Amino acid sequence: MTLIGDVMFWALGVIAVLSGVAVFWVNSMARATYALAISFVAVGLHLLLLDQAYLGVITILMMVMEMAVMAVYMIMFMGMNPALMPMSMVHDKRLSLVIALVTFALLAAGILLTPWPAGSPAPTEGVTMALGEALMESKMLAMIVLSPVMVATIIAGVSLSLHRGRYDRYGDDLKRPKADDPQPGGVGR
Amino acid sequence: MAADSLLWRIGGGGMLVAALLKITVVPFGEWTLFDFEAGLVWFNAMDVLVWAFVWLVGWGGNSAHALVGGYRFLALAVAYELPLMFALIAPAIAAESLNVGTIVAAQSELWFIVWMPVAFVIYSVGVVAFSVWGPFGSSLGSDIAGGVAAELSGVDRLVFFAGRYGVLVAGAAFAVPLFLGGGSGAFLPEWSWSLLKTVLVLAAFVWIRRKIPLMRPEKFMEVGWMLLIPAGMLQDLLVAMVVVNR
Repeated sequence: MTLIGDVMFWALGVIAVLSGVAVFWVNSMARATYALAISFVAVGLHLLLLDQAYLGVITILMMVMEMAVMAVYMIMFMGMNPALMPMSMVHDKRLSLVIALVTFALLAAGILLTPWPAGSPAPTEGVTMALGEALMESKMLAMIVLSPVMVATIIAGVSLSLHRGRYDRYGDDLKRPKADDPQPGGVGR
Repeated sequence: MAADSLLWRIGGGGMLVAALLKITVVPFGEWTLFDFEAGLVWFNAMDVLVWAFVWLVGWGGNSAHALVGGYRFLALAVAYELPLMFALIAPAIAAESLNVGTIVAAQSELWFIVWMPVAFVIYSVGVVAFSVWGPFGSSLGSDIAGGVAAELSGVDRLVFFAGRYGVLVAGAAFAVPLFLGGGSGAFLPEWSWSLLKTVLVLAAFVWIRRKIPLMRPEKFMEVGWMLLIPAGMLQDLLVAMVVVNR
């Protein structure tokens, strides 16, 4: 990597870590959320520096979108909207510290102990294509296992937090011809 | 509780930055400012930034009406963004590339709008929606005293609205390489065709501003998820089948 590349790499690393720390430092949900977004954007730019064009941009895209969705959750799931007031961003400090340190030690040990491939030249073109092939061929099994688990988690989360289910909408025997909604939807279901 | 002027200013200034960053990947004839391998995803990432900025302007001012506007926008965003993503996928599948220049080159025989009309319509809905424009302008609605923009005045207001017009123009400009054959056309040089088509698409967006009634966020949610997403997926399926059998 060139000198400018090195400088950018380290500068982005410092930004990522500092804004990650800021998540726990600030006293507002909005600031914490967008500090986390800045941290992830810095990581996405890191990936761009490593010539991972698609992965870098998709990281920025997903994380910024996720933080906006977080703003929806802030008022959706937090009773009495404490999210809109100044509040501390740390809870259960002792346990959280232990979990954070153990996780960090595990990941760091993993990085140091993994026998990384050495010497092979990095692919200079078609990185996105190579990534797609890896995901759809050699890593397909992992993806097939991951997808249903993630979908099941989402459905479980939604059904647990659902304010009105199908029995509220269609009656106890589900026989109501038209759903009884306080606010009708746009396609007349 | 005080206004969060840092986040408020980031949101207000950010719209214009997002608009300019979108335009960097649009080719004008032989010139592209940022000829990026994943230009299509870049555009998509920049339009997601608009989510953050509009909400931050609504949040930062510490005003109830602005906050309601911010959440109206997020509700609309959840409904329009996924259909928009499916619409963006169609040209990428057909060109087998995420690079905008390659997508233009793949339309040398037939413009994508001809066999991807559904994707084009959904894309246009997305552009109008992320520009908080016309039928999707409820987060700036007069029923909530200007909504997101309620607390904006002076240069803050100027920059925010410049950014809002900017994302609309960027969306119109990006439709040209995506669906309208880029700079291809007779007699005139390529860059001027790109500009001309951009102006035409933009004129259409401006024209529909008062032609379609306002979409209520909670109603459009169902339209987005029950109609636009399946329609976009069918369009992608059709394109994929054409590409596989080509």
